[in-house]
Amino acid sequence: MATDTHRAIDAVWRMESPRLIAGLTRIVHDIGLAEDLAQDALVAALEKWPESGVPDNPGAWLMATAKHRAIDHFRRNTRLDRKHEELGRDLAAKEMAVPDLDSALDDDVGDDLLRLVFISCHPVLSTEAQVALTLRLLGGLTTEEIARAFLVPEPTIAQRIVRAKRTLAEKRVPFEVPRGSDLGARLSSVLGVLYLIFNEGYSATAGDDWMRPALCEEALRLGRILAGLAPREPEVHGLVALMEIQASRSKARAGPKGEPILLFDQNRAHWDQLLIRRGLAALEDAEKMGAAPGAYALQAKIAACHARARTPEETDWHRIVTFYDELSQVSPSPVVELNRAVAVAMAFGPAAGLELVDSLIGEPSLRNYHLLPSVRGDLLKKLSRFDEARAEFARAASLTQNARERELLLERVQECGGRAGPPDPR
Amino acid sequence: MRCIVMVRATKDSESGVMPRKELIEAMGKFNEELVKAGVMLAGEGLKPSSNGKRVHFSGAKRSVIDGPFTEAKELIAGFWLWQVRSMEEAVEWVKRCPNPFEGESEIEIRQVFEPEDFGAEFTPELREQEERQRKQMARQK
Repeated sequence: MATDTHRAIDAVWRMESPRLIAGLTRIVHDIGLAEDLAQDALVAALEKWPESGVPDNPGAWLMATAKHRAIDHFRRNTRLDRKHEELGRDLAAKEMAVPDLDSALDDDVGDDLLRLVFISCHPVLSTEAQVALTLRLLGGLTTEEIARAFLVPEPTIAQRIVRAKRTLAEKRVPFEVPRGSDLGARLSSVLGVLYLIFNEGYSATAGDDWMRPALCEEALRLGRILAGLAPREPEVHGLVALMEIQASRSKARAGPKGEPILLFDQNRAHWDQLLIRRGLAALEDAEKMGAAPGAYALQAKIAACHARARTPEETDWHRIVTFYDELSQVSPSPVVELNRAVAVAMAFGPAAGLELVDSLIGEPSLRNYHLLPSVRGDLLKKLSRFDEARAEFARAASLTQNARERELLLERVQECGGRAGPPDPR
Repeated sequence: MRCIVMVRATKDSESGVMPRKELIEAMGKFNEELVKAGVMLAGEGLKPSSNGKRVHFSGAKRSVIDGPFTEAKELIAGFWLWQVRSMEEAVEWVKRCPNPFEGESEIEIRQVFEPEDFGAEFTPELREQEERQRKQMARQK
């Protein structure tokens, strides 16, 4: 019975802690203190609830408890700090004036959560710190869970979080939703963090773990929440669309031994039609805003082209090429160019694609990127230039850090084996 | 994990009694909460079983049975598909749902099979192996 209650408390904590911490941060102006107070409330729940049962409105219970702790905290520090005293009195007064704490909080909860999202992904923090803080404060994940997901020792994550909170306090980062010209840049930092979490789960960059569904689910969940909090931002819907459509393929992406299955070899019957529909609907929401599509919406449009094709042959490659053309304008990068080259090869033949890929060979940022030789090998193989293709696959295999991907690439080396034939007429 | 959350039918739902305005509003608010929390993937209310059909299989034979079907409490009146982090979270959400009918009613939560529930790639041996590798890597860092 006690363990049942503990599991229920754990579930309640994950559901309520982001709102709790967000609401408390607005009141105490310090994210670290807010988290401590929320933790205190959790400890109180762990003491009380196994006996009394989980209250009808556990969120309100936790918030009321945390607020009382906040008042205690400020009273204790009264002599040390005049300002804290004022805050404490202020808080106590507010509490007296508003008996129904929960409904008073309700109106602000959305805004507070959005503020929490923005502060967790604040540019004064490193990307690693943004990711850890987001998963901790908004995902309600423990440091141990974050450490396991990123294959990093737990103390490293714990330190990262402590330092991040200290940095936010030292730099006096305001707890606010950025406005005006600031908003675009800040939002793109938030979306970047969510997409990074998603990708970490979708395709592990290291180790044998091909998929870490929990991270994908968490990123998607946070994306869906963000779409509700900032419904007028087309790129939020664009990112959600992209993640929904990519997640729709997760069942089809790995074979019986966990080996990766590439897009064209996937059994499309295993694609999750519900997620595809949700993705297409999110894309429509993004398009409804009328603005020129951003980088995420464009990637979602490309993903949607694949999702709409019932067979690989039905894929509208010409359309995909136009989206990549736009994407290379909106967010130019060698990786986008490489993807564009693949699309061009599919639309206009491998020779046209190879020409583009070859122009990327000197690109410093792709020097150790295994997909460059992998794509090049693929195009060379299609052009029946097997010796060159073999060398490229071998090089790609030596560069990837994912063991299963390496196996796949080594198989491709084998496929190019002793075969030699007339060049492909295309 | 995903779960399907089924609202059991009642005599009222089976006889086509429409819910009162207050309940529709309360349910609308609850659904909004679910969407805002990123929990709700899909959800629908179902017409009474008098509009339904059953196809009975007996070996190679199939026969169609027209509704309504008896035993209201074994029928469903509506369902959601939720994305949650645990069964306990699903239970917490259901506890926050307004009573879907006046008086007695019941909501059932069933977990959906996920890719990792299938296939040789997730045998206990492999899971254990992954676990070991994770620990090894954590030590190396």
